[in-house]
Amino acid sequence: MKWYLSLVLAAILTNNFVLSKFLGICPFLGVSKQLKTASGMGIAVTFVMLMATAVTFPINKYLLEQFNLEYLQTIVFILVIAALVQLIEIALKKYMPPLYNALGIYLPLITTNCAVLGVVVLNVEEGYNFAGALANTFGAGIGFLLAMVMFAGVRERMESSDIPERLKGLPITLVAASLTSMSFLGFTGVVEGMLG
Amino acid sequence: MAENKRSLFKEFSKGFIDENPVLRLVLGTCPTLAVSTSVESAVGMGIAASIVLICSNIAISALRKLIPSKVRIPAYIVIIASFVTVVQMLVNAFVPTLNEQLGVYLPLIVVNCIILGRAEAFAGKNNVLASAFDGLGMGVGFTTALFCMGFIREFLGTGTITISLLNGGNALFPAVFGDNPMTIFILAPGGFFVFGMLIALANFIAEKKGKKAAQLHSCKACPMFETCTSGEKEAEEK
Repeated sequence: MKWYLSLVLAAILTNNFVLSKFLGICPFLGVSKQLKTASGMGIAVTFVMLMATAVTFPINKYLLEQFNLEYLQTIVFILVIAALVQLIEIALKKYMPPLYNALGIYLPLITTNCAVLGVVVLNVEEGYNFAGALANTFGAGIGFLLAMVMFAGVRERMESSDIPERLKGLPITLVAASLTSMSFLGFTGVVEGMLG
Repeated sequence: MAENKRSLFKEFSKGFIDENPVLRLVLGTCPTLAVSTSVESAVGMGIAASIVLICSNIAISALRKLIPSKVRIPAYIVIIASFVTVVQMLVNAFVPTLNEQLGVYLPLIVVNCIILGRAEAFAGKNNVLASAFDGLGMGVGFTTALFCMGFIREFLGTGTITISLLNGGNALFPAVFGDNPMTIFILAPGGFFVFGMLIALANFIAEKKGKKAAQLHSCKACPMFETCTSGEKEAEEK
């Protein structure tokens, strides 16, 4: 249990997907202007990540590894993710319209979000078991959500501040991201210290 | 014929000056930030992605009349993923150190928006030769931007440059900051900071030439833009 907790916390704080692994930068910079869209995107990504891990893990273990087809991982994973996103979209549209209205517009974006493929590949590389992979994915998703929400707050403040002419727009956003990620450096060693 | 050659050169040159994928179009930000901790991994990533980009541009452009437009995105993804797998195997076999440095970012070339973006914006509509030059130009532009990032970050962060193939794997020159380099530059915050400054510089140069500053692309430069906004419109209509 302790191991799962440390996996989740490490993925949220010390190895934050966006701020220390640089996965999912496009949505991080693109849809973080408002708190509402930022949290919607974060939840959608977490949801798709968990589904993708749940589907690709058995495929990898019982199909690819069984028949020594590991070299097909990249192709199989990206196709499974693309198909999965489509299926989720259709299923949500039909059975859960309120959820679809909230998350639907983010779903097509997620196929090419490197965070989803990234977490799936990392789970395989780290050799986690099924529950460990899910825990790591959950932490990664929540970490992504946390970074998006925090950064949306920073950017809302930035709207009203006086920024040097040359840095307006993208450059100052990246500098703000740099400071946000610096604050996450402070968590180094926290998880080991807490759960030792 | 001369006309033809000139336009091919234009396809090539636009990629690293006016439409630099990283600094002007702001695509492929994830690998740019992640692997630019050293010159070696940055250039390795640039070359690997360029090979995939050129090959997939050629293949997609050659098949553009056979691929029905409704399933073009999945088809592009399969083509790109196949080339990424080939590159992964080659890197693994011939430069295993690079494989370790790039780690998870090597398979992630599949979702590099530059590649899918060029497939959607150029290779799906133009002939093979023009697409090959477009891919080459974009690849060189991507590699150049990565090299700049990698050089600045490694130099400030470690005080020197180390390339394992040159100088027997030792540093190319003695560290300039002694024992106290600015390590923060090879950590995550330094990546964001250097990238921000390079974009500010690129904006400055572009403004001098009378062009607009690079926009925070939000969605527009993303290959999924059309699919995505059509979903948005549907939701609005309801």
